[in-house]
Amino acid sequence: MANGWLTDTLILLPLGGAIFIAIAPLPRLAAGLVALVLSLFEIAFWGGALSAFDYNVGASSIQLQDRATWFGELGISYHVGFAGFALWLVGMSVIVMTAAIAYAVWVGRDHARAYFASMLLLTAALVGVFAAQDYLLFYVFWEAMLIPLYVLVGVWGGPGRLRATLMFFIYTMAGSLLMLASIIVLGISHGSFDMTTPSAFDNSTWIFLGFMAAFVVKAPIFPFHGWLPEAYREAPAEVAGVLSGAVSKAAAYGFLYIAVIHFPGPTHDLRTPILVLAAIGLIYGSLLAFRAPDLRGVVAYSSLAQLGLITFGVFATNVAGLNGAVLQMVNHGLISAAMFMLAGLVELRTGTGRFDRLGGMAKGRPALATVLMTLGIIALAVPGSGAFAGEFLILTGVFTSGWGWSVVGAIAIVLAAMYMLRLISAVLHRSKGSAVPEGARDLRLAELGLLVPLVVLLVFLSAWPAAITDHTFGQTDQTPALTRLR
Amino acid sequence: MTLADSIPTPTIDWFAMSPALTLLGASGICLLVAVLLPARARRIVSAWVVGAAFVGAFVFAAFLYDKSPHPEEVIANEVVRDRLGALTALIICGAGLASVGVSWRIRLRAHVAEYYALLAAAAGGMCFLVTATNLITLFLSLEWFSICLYVLCAIDVDVEGSLEAGLKYLVVGGFGSAVLLFGSALVYGATGEVGFSQIAQAISAKDLVHDPFVVAGLSMIIAGLGFKASAAPFHMWTPDVYEGAPTPVTGFMAAATKATALVLTLRLLTTAFPAEKQLWTIALAVIACTSLAVGNLAALVQRNVKRMLAYSSISQAGFMLIPIAAGNALGGRALLFYLIPYGAMSVAAFAVVAARERELGTAVTFDNIAGLGWERPFLGVALWVCMLGFAGLPLTGGFVGKFYAFSAAYDRGWIWLVIVGLVATAVSLYYYFGLVRAVYMRSPAGIGLAPAGGQPPRELALQTAVFGCLVVTVGSFFFVEPLIKLCRMAAESLGYPF
Repeated sequence: MANGWLTDTLILLPLGGAIFIAIAPLPRLAAGLVALVLSLFEIAFWGGALSAFDYNVGASSIQLQDRATWFGELGISYHVGFAGFALWLVGMSVIVMTAAIAYAVWVGRDHARAYFASMLLLTAALVGVFAAQDYLLFYVFWEAMLIPLYVLVGVWGGPGRLRATLMFFIYTMAGSLLMLASIIVLGISHGSFDMTTPSAFDNSTWIFLGFMAAFVVKAPIFPFHGWLPEAYREAPAEVAGVLSGAVSKAAAYGFLYIAVIHFPGPTHDLRTPILVLAAIGLIYGSLLAFRAPDLRGVVAYSSLAQLGLITFGVFATNVAGLNGAVLQMVNHGLISAAMFMLAGLVELRTGTGRFDRLGGMAKGRPALATVLMTLGIIALAVPGSGAFAGEFLILTGVFTSGWGWSVVGAIAIVLAAMYMLRLISAVLHRSKGSAVPEGARDLRLAELGLLVPLVVLLVFLSAWPAAITDHTFGQTDQTPALTRLR
Repeated sequence: MTLADSIPTPTIDWFAMSPALTLLGASGICLLVAVLLPARARRIVSAWVVGAAFVGAFVFAAFLYDKSPHPEEVIANEVVRDRLGALTALIICGAGLASVGVSWRIRLRAHVAEYYALLAAAAGGMCFLVTATNLITLFLSLEWFSICLYVLCAIDVDVEGSLEAGLKYLVVGGFGSAVLLFGSALVYGATGEVGFSQIAQAISAKDLVHDPFVVAGLSMIIAGLGFKASAAPFHMWTPDVYEGAPTPVTGFMAAATKATALVLTLRLLTTAFPAEKQLWTIALAVIACTSLAVGNLAALVQRNVKRMLAYSSISQAGFMLIPIAAGNALGGRALLFYLIPYGAMSVAAFAVVAARERELGTAVTFDNIAGLGWERPFLGVALWVCMLGFAGLPLTGGFVGKFYAFSAAYDRGWIWLVIVGLVATAVSLYYYFGLVRAVYMRSPAGIGLAPAGGQPPRELALQTAVFGCLVVTVGSFFFVEPLIKLCRMAAESLGYPF
C-alpha cells in the first residue's frame, strides 16, 4: 500500500477543486485560473506517481494501491492503484485536460464556475477510471464521466447541442447499463467486486459482452459511432478534444484492462469479429475523414479510425500489439486534443470550419502553419514520428493473427496520409478562402502556450517512443498479465 | 369488584408508541393554536411546534431503534416494537421535518394551523402503521393517515385542482381501503386469525396454502397496499392528486406514504404469508414490471413537472417493489436503503418545484422552468442531484439503492427482473435528463419572471430543507456501510422465516 496517497490525491484533488470552484463566489477569470493551477498541480502529482512507480517489479503488478471498505457485506471497496500502462494514460489525460482548461480560460467561457467545476469533475472521473481496481468503483467513475460531459456539451456547445447531447447520452447509457448488469452478475456470483482477486476472472461470454457494450460505444467502434459526428461537431472545441483525446481512451483502456486481461477466454473466442469491426471502422472512418467537409469532421472520423487501429493492437493480444496500442493511445490523445483546439482557434478567426470557405491561412501566419503542419505530419505517421512507432508495433502485433489484418492497417495508414494532407492544404494552402478575413491573426502567445507543450510532447515521443513502450508490458510474452492469454 | 377489574387491560408500552404520540400531541397543540392564537401568530407557532415534534419523534425513534434489538409484540399484541418500525419512523420523520421547511412559505389563505396539525397527524399515523402487527391495527392506522392526507390534498381551496385532487384521492383511496378490508376479512375468515404471525401459523397448521379464500384475500390485500404505494395498475389517482395537491404535501406524500406502504407490504408479506411466498413474489414482480412500464412511458410525454414527477414516483415504486419481490434478506435491506435517499430526493425535488411555483405564481412546466439553473444556482443544482438520484447515477444514494435492488433480484435468480429494471432505467434517463436540459440548456425567453418586480422572497427554510435532503442523498452514496448496517439490523427484525 506504499504511496497510495498519490493515487488518492490524483482523484481527490480535482474533485475537491470542482467543489471549491462550484461553491466559492469567484469571478470568471479567477475560477479559470484556480482550475488551471489545480490541473497543473495534478500534472505534478502525476509526475510524482510516475517517479514512485517501480517498473522493474513486474509489468502487471498494481502499484500505488490504496483500499478502504465501501460496502463490505457485498465485497465492494474503494480500491485504487495503477497498472504500469495505465499511468501513461493518466498522464496523457491530465495533460489534455490541463490544455483544455487553459483553452477555456483563454476563450473565456461564460458561466465560468459551472464550466470549470465540470472540467475538474471530469478530470477526477477520468483518473478514477484508470485507477479503479474494483468493478463497481470502475462503473461509478465511468458514469461520473458522463455527468460533466452532458452539461459541457449541452450548455456550452453549438446550435445543435441539444440533439447531440441526447444522442451521446442515450448511446453511452445504453452501453453502460449493460455493463452494470455484467458487474452485478459477476460480483454477486463471486462474492467480491475486486478486480485483483482471482475470482474476478471469468470466462462467461455474456458478462464479457456486457462490458464490451459499454466500451464499444464510448470508444466508439463501428457500428456504434452514431453519436460521434454530432457530439464532436457541437461540443465546444476543447471539450471535443477531451472527448476524443482522453475519454475515448477510457474505453480503449477498458478493452485492454478489463476485456483482454480479465476475460482471456471470451477474448480468444470473439477476437475475429472484434477485429473485423475494428477493421471496418478503420477503413470506413478513414474514408469518411477524407470526405468530411470540415475540420472537425476530419478529426472526428479520424478518431473513429484511430480507435479501430488501437483496438487492433489490443486484440492482437501480444506484447508488440499491446505496447503499440498504449503508445498510440497516448499519441492519439495528444494529437486529437491539439487538433480540435486548433480547429477551435481557426473557427474563432473565421467563424467556420468548412474547407470550401477556408484556405490560404499559412500566408502571414507562420505559427499557425508550423503547429498545424507538425501535428498533421505526426498524425499521418510519417516514419520517425511517435505515431509511426505506435502503428508499426500494432501492425507487427496483429500480423501474428494473420497478415490480412496488417494489410488493412497499412491501407489505413495511406488513407491517413490522404486525409491529413487534404486537411492541411485546405486550411493552409490553396487560395484564400472566403471566410478568412484579411486581419485574421496568427496564433497568439497564449494560444501557442497551450498548443506547443502538446506538440513538444509528441516530438519527444517521436524521438523516444521507448519511454512508454519499455514501461508497459515488457519485452516478452512472459509477463504475468499476458501469460493467461495463451 | 368493578367492571374495570373484570376486563383485563393491556400494559401499554408508551415508549414503543412515543414517535406517533409525539406527533399526535403536536397535532393537538396546533388545533388549539388555530382557535386560541391571533391569525398572524398561527403560522409561525404551528410550524415551530410541528417542526419540533418531528425532531422529537425522530429522536424517540432513534432511541427506539437503539433499545429494541429484539422484536416484541406489545400492547396486547396489537403493535410490534422493533427496529424495522423505528427505522421507517426515522425516514417518515425526516421527510416530515423537511416538509415543514418546504411548507414555511406556503400560500394558504386560511387554515394554516390546521394544515400543520394534519401533517403531524398523518405522520403519526404512518409511524403507527409500520408497527402494525395485526390486520385491525393495520386498517385503522391506514385510514388514520389516509384521511389526514385527503384533507391535506384539498386544503388549498384557492387552487383550482386542489379540491378535485382531494376528492379523487378520497374516492380512489377509499376504494383501495375497501379492497384491503375485504381481503383482510377473507383472510380472517379462512384462518380465524388477525395477527400476522398467527395467520402464518394457521396457514401452515391448517394447510391453507392453496385455500381460495386465503389466496383471494392475499391478492386483495396486495392490491389495497398497491393503491397506497401508487404502484401500477393501482396508480390511476397519482398524477392528478400529485398535481393538484399543495406541492409540499405532494413531496411528503411521495416520500412518506410510499415508504410506509412499501415497508408495510414487506412486513405483512414476510411475517403473515411466508408460506405463500411463491405466489406473492411473482405477483409483486409483475406489479413492479407494470409500474416500471406505465410510469416510465407516461412520464416521457409529460410537460408539467409535477405530473412528470408523479409518473416517476410510479416507476420508482416499481423499482422499490423489485427487492420486495426478491423475497430475500438482501431484498429487505435493499428496500430500506433505497427508501432513505428516495425520501430525501422526493422531498427536495418537489421543494424546488414549490419554490419555482411561488416565484411564477403558476404551474411549473418544462417550458417555464427553463433557466432555473442559472437564476437560482442552488435550487438548480439540487434539482439536478435529485434527477441523478432518481435515475440511479453515481454520486447519489439512488445509485446504491438501485444497485442493491438489482443485486437482490439477481440473488433470487431473477436476472430477467434485473434486465427489466435496467431497461426501465434507460428509458427514465430521457425524462430525468430532459428536466436537467430544460433547467440548464434552454433559454428562459418569454417567461415573465417575478411579475411584481424585484427579487422573489428568500426561502431560507425551504433552502435549508433542500440542503438537508441533498446531504442525505449524496451522503448515502459515500457512507453506505453504516447505513446498510442500520438497514440490515432493521430488516433482521422480520426474522426471514424462509
